[in-house]
Amino acid sequence: MTRAGPRDDFRDRVAIVGVAESELGHLPHRTELQLHARAAKRALDDAGIAKSEVDGILSIGSARGVRFPSMQVAEYLGIVPSYSDSTSLGGCSFEAYVQHAAMAIAAGLCSVCLITYGSTQRTGGGSFGGGAEPWLPASQFEAPYGLPMMAGAYALAAQRHMHLYGTTREQLARVAVAARQWAAMNPLAFRREPITVEDVLASAPVSSPLHRLDCCLVTDGGGAVVVTSRERARDTAKAPVYLWGSAESHNQTSIGAMPELTVTPAAITGPRAFAGAGITPADIDVAQIYDSFTITVLMTLEDLGFCPKGEGGRFVGDGRIAPGGAFPMNTQGGGLSYTHPGMFGIFLITEAVRQLRGECGERQVAGARLALCHGTGGALSSGATLILGSEPR
Amino acid sequence: MSTPTPSPAKPLPIPNTETAPFWDAAREGRLLVQRCRACGEHIFYPRLLCPHCMSDALEWVETSGRGTVYSFTIVHKAPPGFRDEAPYAVGLVDLAEGPRLMTRILADDLDRISVGLPVEVSFTSAGGGIDLPVFRACS
Ligand SMILES: [Zn+2]
Repeated sequence: MTRAGPRDDFRDRVAIVGVAESELGHLPHRTELQLHARAAKRALDDAGIAKSEVDGILSIGSARGVRFPSMQVAEYLGIVPSYSDSTSLGGCSFEAYVQHAAMAIAAGLCSVCLITYGSTQRTGGGSFGGGAEPWLPASQFEAPYGLPMMAGAYALAAQRHMHLYGTTREQLARVAVAARQWAAMNPLAFRREPITVEDVLASAPVSSPLHRLDCCLVTDGGGAVVVTSRERARDTAKAPVYLWGSAESHNQTSIGAMPELTVTPAAITGPRAFAGAGITPADIDVAQIYDSFTITVLMTLEDLGFCPKGEGGRFVGDGRIAPGGAFPMNTQGGGLSYTHPGMFGIFLITEAVRQLRGECGERQVAGARLALCHGTGGALSSGATLILGSEPR
Repeated sequence: MSTPTPSPAKPLPIPNTETAPFWDAAREGRLLVQRCRACGEHIFYPRLLCPHCMSDALEWVETSGRGTVYSFTIVHKAPPGFRDEAPYAVGLVDLAEGPRLMTRILADDLDRISVGLPVEVSFTSAGGGIDLPVFRACS
């Protein structure tokens, strides 16, 4: 690996030092704030950092959950921050938060950033969109047509991808089958029983061409990540994980405003993150790709440069992404089989960090030194990429 | 015996000053979009400023009502308010004038809908004084 990227930028001043989930699954006795808090406590314990040191808070909750998330979470935890961030990019907010935390720490605004998420989407409701909000364009010009959100938006992209590139439902199904194979090795995964391509094809249709098993889970749960300065990271509980590259962007909010449905914001953030890291896709040892729907993975892999545009179906079609394959991906089981409480982005980071620390037991990717996380938010609206390393860049 | 729960209402557009000309014209069977007098681009959805050049010199123009299917999906698991209509086709249509809009694609046989299908507009009453533009294959 070469170090072709710009030297000593803000990313070189920080490290990720703590990660955790809250309880996950079906949690009718939990509130969203409790899930933020449980994950926060566990992540700080994972880092070996006291709450009193936290001076940056970056939080988001479900669409109908905690309003003013960073303020509410900080109050609940008893934190008065000097840096506060609730940037709302949907499911990829957390990858963006790592970049924001790095900027804030490098700028001297704070020294320990706590990123939190919590959602009771499974037991508390909270679907996206469709309400009477006449001031929003999609409420006037999309909601009246009955597109189920978010599945319908991704279905429109999948249909177009099939039309342009000959992608098949069987190829999409491979993504769900591989996720379930990885989940079988994760005791925390919500769904662990094996499934076949035929099971995916035969599952109930949701919004063509997507069927039930092409769609992510709906669970409760939360997660947290601790980012701090390189100096503070010298004395933490576990090996720090380093930020090699990062980028964030968005195309649009509603699916009807997306310029080309088969080209995601990863086409913008991937090349920027790789250029910043000074590496190429071939250097990545383990990838965590937001799998809100099976089609999301195919298009993201293409846009990040792991395969040519339109080749995503063939790329995943030969067991490459399954355990034992050449491209270990979504090693915790992904949003399709591990957990998906409204947004999944924080769990891309927790798994990447654990893989780089070598903590993943049966599903550990041997010798993983470089990991990529790519989050996708909204209706293929936003994207954010992180490239993380077990050693400094 | 459980009491039947009333089916939830369908979301209907609530016209405001920005969108009322569109919905007023729809009631007359005309499909309008905005056009920018500064840069000439056609724009949908309606807004205060042109998203291409930021000019506020926007005018309403009537479209041909013709376009092609950019993509579509057959909805089986419909959102609240639409469940008794499923299956139905929701699509994105590229108008001949340029802008893309979400709509229903009507067809006697939903299997005949395809990407690239030429379609033309008609209007269907959605209640509450709203006529929604919908599309079907050109005759
Ligand atoms: Zn203009």
